[in-house]
Amino acid sequence: MTQVGDAFVLKGGRVVDPRAGRDGHFDIRIENGRVSAIGKDLPLDGARVVEVPAGFVITPGLIDMHVHLREPGQEHKETIATGTWSAVVGGFTGVACMPNTEPVNDSASVTQFIMKRASEAGFARVYPIGAVSIGSMGDQMTEMGDLRGAGCVAFTDDGKPVATALLMRRALEYAGMFDVPIIEHCEDPSLKGAGVAHEGAVASMLGLQGIPGVAESIMAERDISLAELTGGRIHIAHMSARQTLRAVRDGKSRGVQVTCEVAPHHFTLNDEALRDGAGYNTNLKMNPPLREEADRLAMVEGFRDGSIDVISTDHAPHHADEKALEFDRAPFGIVGLETCVPLCLDRLVHAGVISLSRFVELLSASPAALLRIPGGTLTVGEPADITVLAPDAPVTIQASALVSKSKNSPFDGWQLRGATAATIVGGRVLYTNPAVSGADRFAGPAKS
Amino acid sequence: MTAATRLQSRHLLSIADLEPAEIDLILDTAVAMKEIGTRTIKKVPALRGRTVVNLFFEASTRTRLSFELAEKRLSADTMGITAAGSSVTKGETLADTARTLEAMSPDIIVIRHAASGAPHLLSTICRAGIVNAGDGMHEHPTQALLDALTMRERKGRLAGLKVAIVGDLLHSRVLRSNALLLTKMGAEVRACGPPTLIPLGLTALGVHVTTSLDEAVKDVDVVMMLRVQRERMHGMFLPSVREYFTLFGLTPARLERAASDVIVMHPGPMNRGVEIDSAVADGPWSVILDQVANGVAVRMAVLYLLAGEELS
Repeated sequence: MTQVGDAFVLKGGRVVDPRAGRDGHFDIRIENGRVSAIGKDLPLDGARVVEVPAGFVITPGLIDMHVHLREPGQEHKETIATGTWSAVVGGFTGVACMPNTEPVNDSASVTQFIMKRASEAGFARVYPIGAVSIGSMGDQMTEMGDLRGAGCVAFTDDGKPVATALLMRRALEYAGMFDVPIIEHCEDPSLKGAGVAHEGAVASMLGLQGIPGVAESIMAERDISLAELTGGRIHIAHMSARQTLRAVRDGKSRGVQVTCEVAPHHFTLNDEALRDGAGYNTNLKMNPPLREEADRLAMVEGFRDGSIDVISTDHAPHHADEKALEFDRAPFGIVGLETCVPLCLDRLVHAGVISLSRFVELLSASPAALLRIPGGTLTVGEPADITVLAPDAPVTIQASALVSKSKNSPFDGWQLRGATAATIVGGRVLYTNPAVSGADRFAGPAKS
Repeated sequence: MTAATRLQSRHLLSIADLEPAEIDLILDTAVAMKEIGTRTIKKVPALRGRTVVNLFFEASTRTRLSFELAEKRLSADTMGITAAGSSVTKGETLADTARTLEAMSPDIIVIRHAASGAPHLLSTICRAGIVNAGDGMHEHPTQALLDALTMRERKGRLAGLKVAIVGDLLHSRVLRSNALLLTKMGAEVRACGPPTLIPLGLTALGVHVTTSLDEAVKDVDVVMMLRVQRERMHGMFLPSVREYFTLFGLTPARLERAASDVIVMHPGPMNRGVEIDSAVADGPWSVILDQVANGVAVRMAVLYLLAGEELS
């Protein structure tokens, strides 16, 4: 592992940094944890040189704005240390963590605890997201000013929707004072009912209770109307339904401050997967559920036409024991941090849906801008948070090899093209991928 | 289509997994098994030395007794577990219960469970053959097989039969298994119920879906009534028993539109006066008790085909 003071130059690699208007071969000099120069043929001045292998791509550090780190309270699923290491291995230099821990992140003391643990771990940067309401119970608004001061970058009652239209209205108004978005888990509770899978022919024939796509879009429509009323910023989390995408497009066309994110499983899988093998694989159970093919295709189209702002993983670790239950009883959610980059490169970039530049927008620039956090672009004088991609490297996903404490991934055995080669946080090369040839060049000199 | 001589899978999880030839094989085997029930000594040694576990996590009378009787007639050693008297009440997971049973080397586990897919979970853990005795809203394969046997006995065939299935379609595993089986075997299936209780995906199977009982029963050879649970009357599915019976209850007058030799079936337990008039349930059209008798034969056939000695 390289040290902070170690000066090095990433030489001759393709740099893709849309916010800086860069897509070409540049040298990047890093010292004291920061980017100290970007340019062609930079003088080396005795710095260690990393010749970037042909085909590798240097991007601003990737940021996952929707992660469940589970600590405090559910450390058997994940801890801040294991989750942020999983992020680094997945190519993320920063994550925003959801407040549905035990206790809920609804007070500055919980936020401070998370920040402290993240700092001790020293892996990916952590940006806590605070609860909208105390205990996320939907009654009383949290002290957003206090939470913001402690480090929260957004507010949400994720895991469930903000309970009432009135509370959402007040939250949008109040949070506007701090220029932070409200992130919404869109779901009408009455339409969701006891549903465990997308309401469609597949769930119907498998005898699983359905959750219709409109359970999501109805709540999104409510929130977009309230953002329009209040001038607040609403961000639609883990969008899955085509009706929701339509609502977001309508809102954007009216000038409402609405943004949205989509998780990789919602553009790579559909509900047909529930029939695979013996069927009822609980690693295919997440909320929102895998939708039908028309929804998946709508998400792909949303990437193509630019309607989707962010890719986030909704990384939701669960212990194997919790998933080894009847489908109805197993918890919702899958891990996503370590499978995101290969899925996005293979299914979006190589598939011709988006460019690499757009990939960087969706996974770095856009979440940084939305949360008003550093990064998203490489700037001289700013921390050197950098992701190195090997877009052509073959990857076979092995659930058992994930470094996350939980292995609940539906992508076990998938063969994809595109890997993270190295992850650099604050100038320290925290990870080089042993499966990618040439990635070891990024590792620092062997320590004695 | 060549005749099957054995089942491809060592489990019976769903009708969806069966080929038409396998369905024929089970039904033909059931005919032979039925004869055993007419003997003075109603027992054959086909499953002698085999162990069958009946794992009933959900209330059941006829299915449980029917399986037990089938097992006994085949000379299997049987054990029964119900949720109420088991370690399930102590918080044991289904997977752990399965592993515990597995350690006792059963040959067959028969499972009834409120969660759809519970038998599938068992099949990924156990070496034993798994027989689905009803899982949630998913399937009840032996019910559809015994219904098919009853129809074949009464009508001589399945292909071309017109069958109306009426009631709470949404929550019914009997509907799903029957719709799959009957469409596979070439019958014409009509499903009828209130719009709040119609599941998605039936049309894709080739089932004609209607909310009109008169349309559903017109000229049909078979009317199969499904139970409507009382609790559905208090949710937002249905306004009242009274209105349900008016619109969907099977009465002698309604039956006049069906074929003159129509038979009426019900998987039980019946709600008299809710989905079916007693005059129909006890009338000349009713084959409801035949279904019960055929249930034993069909379960004997399934157990024999999954665990019995090879015919030499």
